[in-house]
Amino acid sequence: MLEISKLVKRYGRDEPVLKELDLVVEGNSVVSIVGASGAGKSTMLRCINRLVEPTSGSIKLNGQELVNLRGAALRRARRKIGMVFQGFNLIDRLTVMENVLAGRLGYVSLYQAISRRYPQADIERAFTLMERVGIAHYANKRADALSGGERQRVGVVRALMQEPEVLLADEPTASLDPRTSEQIMKLLQSLASELSLPVLINIHNVAQAKAYTERIVGLRHGKMIFDGTPADFTREALDAIYGGIEAPDEDEGEDTKKPALATRKEVTDDPL
Amino acid sequence: MVDHAGDLADRVWRRYDRKERLIRYAVLLVTLMVVYWAVRDIDIFWPWVWDAPTQISRLGARMWPPDPSRLGQIVGAMIETVHIATLATLLTIFIALPVSYIAAQNTTPNRFCLWLGRFILVSSRSVNTIIWALLFVAIFGPGVLAGILAIMFRSIGFIGKLMGEAIEEIDRRPVEAMEATGASKLKVIAYAVVPQVMPAFFAIVILRWDINIRESTVLGLVGAGGIGVLLQGSIDTFAWPTVATILIAIIALVLIGEAITGLLRSKVL
Repeated sequence: MLEISKLVKRYGRDEPVLKELDLVVEGNSVVSIVGASGAGKSTMLRCINRLVEPTSGSIKLNGQELVNLRGAALRRARRKIGMVFQGFNLIDRLTVMENVLAGRLGYVSLYQAISRRYPQADIERAFTLMERVGIAHYANKRADALSGGERQRVGVVRALMQEPEVLLADEPTASLDPRTSEQIMKLLQSLASELSLPVLINIHNVAQAKAYTERIVGLRHGKMIFDGTPADFTREALDAIYGGIEAPDEDEGEDTKKPALATRKEVTDDPL
Repeated sequence: MVDHAGDLADRVWRRYDRKERLIRYAVLLVTLMVVYWAVRDIDIFWPWVWDAPTQISRLGARMWPPDPSRLGQIVGAMIETVHIATLATLLTIFIALPVSYIAAQNTTPNRFCLWLGRFILVSSRSVNTIIWALLFVAIFGPGVLAGILAIMFRSIGFIGKLMGEAIEEIDRRPVEAMEATGASKLKVIAYAVVPQVMPAFFAIVILRWDINIRESTVLGLVGAGGIGVLLQGSIDTFAWPTVATILIAIIALVLIGEAITGLLRSKVL
């Protein structure tokens, strides 16, 4: 169970990116987080595994407070938080297997990591997971030889190698074509139920958010303004999150209009 | 319509305005003055310059034919020269890599380390190999050790600076991903930094080894070992045919070095 309460993040002296955000994610639910660029989606995910330092507030994973951890304790906590990135963030010059095993770096010793002598159990787990997502035959290929969808599968397997208690996905499909991004969303959805793992997905594509997740959270200017099932996610909610689509004369800045139009296009173009 | 034509005729375009043109002429004038001053000041003895062609042909005549009688000794000194370059390059790696790590903006632990690293790199690079050699000959006495140290101290700056730049250019995203797995600092370096700088590392080390071979041929002139010792000795004793053999041997060595590094580059990179 992930409990975020009164989370604030402020970069320098600017307006806070996150304003006292509260969010509770239980059990194996798949939650998608939608919002315009700059709404604070990415910052929120990165606060959970502390790639970004929260300014104040509390984040608890299965009862453990994450915000005040440092050093070795922080690294131990990070092992339990898997993350999938928009740009895959693989190490291009290493093989797929090495990239996958890198998910175990928090568990193995430095010697094991450098000499690539991972425990047999880790290697078994790697092969099992790679077979599950259909990339096992690439084990010894270099990561940069794979296509976008395959690379993201490597990213997902790497995160799962950590035996995470929660999986964070920061726009996992934004760099992929529509068909591949659906496959990745399906994969995340089914893995969440197979491994009974809560999954938080930042996503721009509202149609996919509705189709593959059971709960949608809408952020705007660092505040949660929508929280409900896909059925509740109406045109009004969409407008509220992305700003003046139906009423362009509404007093909104240019920057909020543009992403809104882009999202609208994605929705209509989507083959679903 | 007529007004438009008038406007067009009035439009004048110049790449540089008056002030810019003045600056450009001033820079040109200053350059010419500096060149004139330098040529005036260095006091060239012109008769020797006009005499040069005769001197060249006489030196050539004295050198020809090259004397191969000391070839064994020369080859031995050549091998010593290569050893100096190779050992110095290898030893440099151990010092230059940590220095490049602390001298790179994105990996340095703190400001102090950053400036320490940069200070080491700048001081290494600003002193020429021959000056380092003079220094180490004075400390350790003449011989190969002084030569190795001299080459090392110059190479640290070269390899360290270029590796530091390679580290600064890495993609940050894999680093972020490795941090997210709970990996310690050293593991993040081993997995996210090292693979990214590997190609640059090999290219830089091969290049420096190539340069070091050339540099170690002149170390002997100040008594720091290698082929230069023989060269200096032969010049001092007016053994011009031997000097010719040594010069040919140096050219051959540099060509062989070039061929080997070219081969290595195509294989490794």
